[in-house]
Amino acid sequence: MSTPTATRRRAFTWAPTRTYVQAAVILIWCLLPFYWMIVTAFRDVGYTFDPTPFFTHVTFDNFATVFDESLGNHFARNLLNSLIVAGLTTVISLLVGVFAAYALARLKFRFKEMVLGFVLGASMFPGVALITPLFQLFTNLGWMGSYQALIIPSISFSLPLAVYTLTSFFREMPWELEEAARIDGCTQGQAFRKIILPLAAPATFTTAILTFIGAWNEFLIANQLSSDATKTVTVAIASFAGAQPHQEPYTAVMAAGTVVTIPLVILVLIFQKKIVAGLTAGAVK
Amino acid sequence: MSTEVPSKTGETDTGRRGRGPGMAGAESADRRQTTQGRWAYTLLAPTLILLAVVIIYPVINAIILSFQKDAGLDKATGFFVQGGFAGVDNYTHWILQQCGSEKCPPGTLGAQFWGAMGTTFLFAAITVILETVLGFWMAIVMARAFKGRSLLRASVLVPWAIPTAVTAKLFFFMFAFDGIINTVFHSSILWTGSEWPARWAIIISDVWKTTPFMALLILAGLQLIPDEVYEAAKVDGAGTWQRFTQITLPLVKPALMVAILFRTLDALRMYDLPAILTGGANNTTTLSILVVQQIRQGFNVASALSTITFVTIFLVAFIFVRFLGANAVESANPRKK
Amino acid sequence: MKPRKFLAPAAAAAVLALALTACGGGSSSGGSGGGDAASQNMDGRGPITFVSGKDNSGVWQPTIDRWNAAHPNEKVTLKEQTDQADQQHDDLVQHFQAQQSDYDVVTVDVVWSAEFAAKGWLQPLKDKMAVDTAKLLPATVKAATYNGTAYAVPISSDGGLLYYRKDLVPNPPKTWDEMMGMCSIAKAHDMGCYAGQYSKYEGLTVNAAEAINTFGGKIVDDQGKAVVNSAEAKTGLGKLVDAFKSGNIAKQALTYQEEQGRKAFEDGKLLFLRNWPYVYNLAKTDGASTVKDTFGVAPLPGMSGPGASSLGGHSAAVSVYSKNKATAHDFAQWLIQDEQQKFFALKGSLAPVASALYTDSDIVSKLPYMPTLLTSIQNAVPRPVTPYYPAVTKAVQDNAYAALQGDKSVDQAVSDMQAAIDAAGH
Repeated sequence: MSTPTATRRRAFTWAPTRTYVQAAVILIWCLLPFYWMIVTAFRDVGYTFDPTPFFTHVTFDNFATVFDESLGNHFARNLLNSLIVAGLTTVISLLVGVFAAYALARLKFRFKEMVLGFVLGASMFPGVALITPLFQLFTNLGWMGSYQALIIPSISFSLPLAVYTLTSFFREMPWELEEAARIDGCTQGQAFRKIILPLAAPATFTTAILTFIGAWNEFLIANQLSSDATKTVTVAIASFAGAQPHQEPYTAVMAAGTVVTIPLVILVLIFQKKIVAGLTAGAVK
Repeated sequence: MSTEVPSKTGETDTGRRGRGPGMAGAESADRRQTTQGRWAYTLLAPTLILLAVVIIYPVINAIILSFQKDAGLDKATGFFVQGGFAGVDNYTHWILQQCGSEKCPPGTLGAQFWGAMGTTFLFAAITVILETVLGFWMAIVMARAFKGRSLLRASVLVPWAIPTAVTAKLFFFMFAFDGIINTVFHSSILWTGSEWPARWAIIISDVWKTTPFMALLILAGLQLIPDEVYEAAKVDGAGTWQRFTQITLPLVKPALMVAILFRTLDALRMYDLPAILTGGANNTTTLSILVVQQIRQGFNVASALSTITFVTIFLVAFIFVRFLGANAVESANPRKK
Repeated sequence: MKPRKFLAPAAAAAVLALALTACGGGSSSGGSGGGDAASQNMDGRGPITFVSGKDNSGVWQPTIDRWNAAHPNEKVTLKEQTDQADQQHDDLVQHFQAQQSDYDVVTVDVVWSAEFAAKGWLQPLKDKMAVDTAKLLPATVKAATYNGTAYAVPISSDGGLLYYRKDLVPNPPKTWDEMMGMCSIAKAHDMGCYAGQYSKYEGLTVNAAEAINTFGGKIVDDQGKAVVNSAEAKTGLGKLVDAFKSGNIAKQALTYQEEQGRKAFEDGKLLFLRNWPYVYNLAKTDGASTVKDTFGVAPLPGMSGPGASSLGGHSAAVSVYSKNKATAHDFAQWLIQDEQQKFFALKGSLAPVASALYTDSDIVSKLPYMPTLLTSIQNAVPRPVTPYYPAVTKAVQDNAYAALQGDKSVDQAVSDMQAAIDAAGH
């Protein structure tokens, strides 16, 4: 997409300005509710419903509440659990998914459409209806409350998307470059590593981000199948309680939401560099 | 599909024919396909086993249970007793809205089935269309070269990164009568208290939350388009709009269709946002909300509803794949050429 | 092939489990009357697990520590669930369905006990397992009783209170009509008159049931049969509908849960508010509260005297699958003793289940609304005690909501309510 921009830049001098205006609109749309979340997170709980749209009654109490072990909140532990579950889910989904996608995009075999239909069909059952059977299954296995009881369902939720996305990207890849490299004397492994992998990187990282975020946000399964030791952040946030029954700990929930979102933003910033680095070398981006 | 772009598909074709240099004779094609088949299934095995365990088992379980009656109350003892075989009663309960021998009265879940079906499709259609259009626009802006692009790309992901339950709570308070949205716009709309405002509140929240998913997938698709293609088109004198419809759209289409397909499947199962924002009031009950409410009233009847939902979504997916070309491997299959 | 190495044993194990569970079924039809399990392990003593929703105010661990110090061989372990009632309910259902013995004593919301009892999951508290509840408030005991048998021990209670602005209304209204008459005062001060919880959720059932019960109606009878289609119920629901029509309850109250009403009241935008006791301390201390010294509490207004509040609170029940039921029984009984009940009130602001404590000087000095709350709970009516509670509450909510919105006449709403409750368990 760099080319149309480049053209426009030559044709109309205001093109970059237009890009910045559009970028600004997107930024505002995406960040305003997030901004409101942060404002609320820093607000004194006694002013929870104050609609003043800027920072007032600023306090760090809500963040203290989130991490306060004496209130029964083990948020640091929950963050670590989420990181383990979402991280392993992403790594395994990608590894497993890349193989499947490679087979689907590059190999010829019978029942390919049925396999795809199966993979796709697996993502169509209402998630809420899966919990009871899974609970019984994992109880029988003695897996209740273990990491694998969270990771394995999580993988199967992310796999269909990962396989489908990767397949669609792999199919669009210029595989002839691989052939060319081999004619130039590369081994198949070298060709894969030096040509295909860098080309596949952006799509793979994109898929990884989507998988990670999806797993990070998973709530239904984690809520029913986790124990105190493996509780993830989404479950922890849902169990934040006000000091009194009926009181909604809204400011603490928003503080926790802020804490949960920030690692992801950092992660995306890191991955984002990789995506750019993975782009076709020499392209004027 | 990419068949519409001859230059590209033509080139890739050689590559797709196999892992060898593409010189193999036709007589070995059969044997090659067999070995490829074995190799393919080896690569696919982990995926298939995982899905079978976690998804297919519960699905089959649900289908079996959907033909069983839920436990009924034994009036004499006051205890529930096993319901026995139900035939298709659990299905007619939903589809014909029959409660026993009568039509389900208002205030029962059965009475809400068709309404929920309509609401679900309405939400899916509006949100997916809005998200596709907005997502495409965001992706195009994000693909441009400008200072601060990293910041934009990271920011766009913020809504997607916030856990759905937190998003729903956030919007619930933003859309409250005394909430920030009515305050900022000096309006006094009962966002969650009447039909269309409630629906828009849900749609806006969902669009805000999931457009980044679309944008990112489309962006990844855009990045696979070589610059030379645009250069060539420009030499041929194609304008901006022509380049968009003739090059960008067809080349991004596979990625786009995958994104739309998965968003649609997801949207048809929408639960958290309406559950927290409205609790399903004012005709915002989706099929998933109905399933959850029914699970608390009887699991077997809920299994029938899960199965109906599953089949409905399956049909939608089938239409997508068959008629709209949302098939990730279609053109990799030589028969389709 | 690293991932396959990792997955193969797991997958094999899982497939094996498929074979094992395929016949088990995932149905909620657990109840064979609970006959077998209910007669076992009645003398079992040893460590038990106590399950409770998220411990909001930190009352449980200290309580359990006290028990454990006195009973070193029958230690109790606390298992906290989430803060969401629905999730607590589902978690219990999952564990009971799997017939797990890892939950011994569970806290149940007052509206779940009939369902769990009818499924055969709760130990009947009779004979050897009987608990003396003579000192407890009758409504709380009634809510934990199903088919004439006690299945749970009430451990905390709750009732609705009328919050009013004592600077504007020196004497709180005793009856509903009196309160409606005072709405001119609200108008003169450019504020809303009355609000409760009318968003479509459990709170609406609470409020609609209060209106119906207050005017002599009933939702279900003692046998669990729907009897809501009555003139009294229509009068009760009609009072709420009229208040919406006249603007005495503002239209936005259709979006109110507890917290939105509290905010409006604290902002000085409401003359009267129906809410739970928790509002009392918050309205006194919240930074944003403008009514800190200008509000009072009264029993809910009724037809001629105090209104019929819906009953809140929790009970403790013993799982039929528990291995140590004797310990479980003793622990449940121990929880309703004055020492524990007083601690719950002082530490967690939980309303006691024994009436004597409502006038205890320590408690009253910390929670001045307690004597008023006692009146409320003495007049309280449990929400329908029925194993089909989810269907009943849905029937009430959907039809009451339509009536409050003006989409349906009161007569229609009440007769639809009746039909929908009848359809439950068709």
